[in-house]
Amino acid sequence: MMPPSLPNCAARLLIVDDEIPARRRLRDLLDDCREQFPLTIADEAANGVEAIEIINQGGIDIVLTDIRMPVMDGLEVARHIANMDSPPKLIFVTAFDQYAVNAFELNAIDYLLKPIRQERLLTALNKAITLKPAQAEAIAGAAQARRRHLSIHERGKIVLVPMADVLYLKAELKYVTVRTAQKEFLLEESLTKLGEEFAGLFTRIHRNTLVATKAVVGFEKVADGGPDGEDDPQHGDVGGTHWAVVIRGIPEKLAVSRRQQHVVKEF
Amino acid sequence: MSIKHRPSAQTLPAVPNVGRARLPDFCNLGIMLRLLLIVNLLCFAAAVVRVEARDLWQQFLFISAVAQPAIIFSLLVMCALRKPFAKLYYWQAITTILLLEAIIGAMFWWWLEIITPFSQPISPWQYGFLFAFATGFALLYLDLRSRALSPALTEARLQALQARIRPHFLFNSINAVLSLIRSEPKRAERMLEDMSELFRVLMADNRKLTPLTDEITLCKRYLEIEEIRLGERLVVVWKINGMPTDALVPPLILQPLVENAVYHGIEPRNVPGTLTIEIVPKGKQFSIKLTNPFDADSTHVSGNRMAIANIRERLQLHFDAEASLKAEVKDQTYVVTITLPVRTQDL
Repeated sequence: MMPPSLPNCAARLLIVDDEIPARRRLRDLLDDCREQFPLTIADEAANGVEAIEIINQGGIDIVLTDIRMPVMDGLEVARHIANMDSPPKLIFVTAFDQYAVNAFELNAIDYLLKPIRQERLLTALNKAITLKPAQAEAIAGAAQARRRHLSIHERGKIVLVPMADVLYLKAELKYVTVRTAQKEFLLEESLTKLGEEFAGLFTRIHRNTLVATKAVVGFEKVADGGPDGEDDPQHGDVGGTHWAVVIRGIPEKLAVSRRQQHVVKEF
Repeated sequence: MSIKHRPSAQTLPAVPNVGRARLPDFCNLGIMLRLLLIVNLLCFAAAVVRVEARDLWQQFLFISAVAQPAIIFSLLVMCALRKPFAKLYYWQAITTILLLEAIIGAMFWWWLEIITPFSQPISPWQYGFLFAFATGFALLYLDLRSRALSPALTEARLQALQARIRPHFLFNSINAVLSLIRSEPKRAERMLEDMSELFRVLMADNRKLTPLTDEITLCKRYLEIEEIRLGERLVVVWKINGMPTDALVPPLILQPLVENAVYHGIEPRNVPGTLTIEIVPKGKQFSIKLTNPFDADSTHVSGNRMAIANIRERLQLHFDAEASLKAEVKDQTYVVTITLPVRTQDL
């Protein structure tokens, strides 16, 4: 009889680490675990973006991920997959990362320290399939760095938007519109929190709009009354003008609210 | 939350050896207590020469009661004036303090004249002289004491400054060795040998200078370990044909910088990056130039300044103003240049 916690077929694993020897070591260890814990190593990835591409193809049960990696680190992977309908279970692997380890312990997120002992790996694998996935907020608390991507879930898949491509963020009712030169996305996050996370990269031009500072080409005086001109109706001097931001790569201009007029001078 | 540190070009400032460091800190409680003790000992000596043994205690208490307000007032004045004093050379500061104390002494005579019913046995000039003399005596004692302690202080600082190994590197390297044992035992052996050589130097007593070749060999061992971990992501270019091989350098002057270059410049990159180490002789000096890729978006931050400050301080302790370190960002690269004197004998 198999204990009910074990899957009835072999668990499919994904190994994520930027160092080839580290991936090989994990593969060897997992091979040793096979007898006690039925598993198949589905794939390997060298960074977070590769990992998400593989996760998007479906069928991954457990992800063993390094924390410190180029392009996208392990904690950011966790934040992007946390909102999936049935995300794979995550086990973090790190050589030394005191800050993250402290945060994991606070939030009961499982992690392994390199070099990994086989018994410890087995415990983590057994725990991973029974435990609920960690909440996005808990992982955000463990992350030291700001994300390098925003993610949108479309038909069960994660679409990554590199922060470098984002031209502006605009809050609209329940969502935040994320604008890149090519497309628009709807993000279920709060503009205030985004503003805090990416402080320094964006300029607030309106209570609902953050513009990527790098994307600002200049400012233009436009006549009031346009669709964006109706902010602060108490100041609505009819027939007046207001400032608008010209953004690189897109034709639309965004209104600067009267309260944020100072950014025009400071730019 | 990360904060971007854009390292700017910095050079070692030439700090002239002025008196600000030698002058005692009059606001320091320990210094104050020591000075009080010295003055009271002097009062006791005065009592001994003035009266017979049975009146000694009373006489001492009397002199001390007069001297105590004087010393406390003087200390308050010195403490308040420490900032202007720090701007002067040592001899200027000492002269000023002695003059000031002579004036305080004369003022004190006048104050005692007012508050006490009997007239003073000595003139205001004698008071001034006594004050200046006691001050000079105390300053001499404090100066000698700080000189006696300072080599120990320098030693302690040197030890504390010695480069520490990054735990991240240690555990990743052990993990890499483990990964090699089954498939490539020979390479695993080699890697462990490199690691022990590196750790032997890191754990050694590193206060003496070592030949430049030894430091270069150490860097090569270190980079061999990193090449196993990082594979083709790390490209190393050596331009060291002209190096003065027997020049003496502080141990671990280059290795921590190379480690930094790998940690901050190579590891965060997804594509291969080149690390260049160039040694150029320039007359009686030579420079070591270390270049690594720098990408403001992907290079992770912090931690680098500590190593730079550490090496800069060790250079100063060993070579004073003869050596310098400069770190700058130049078109997508991070360049650290150390300039050192060619010294072949440890002093």
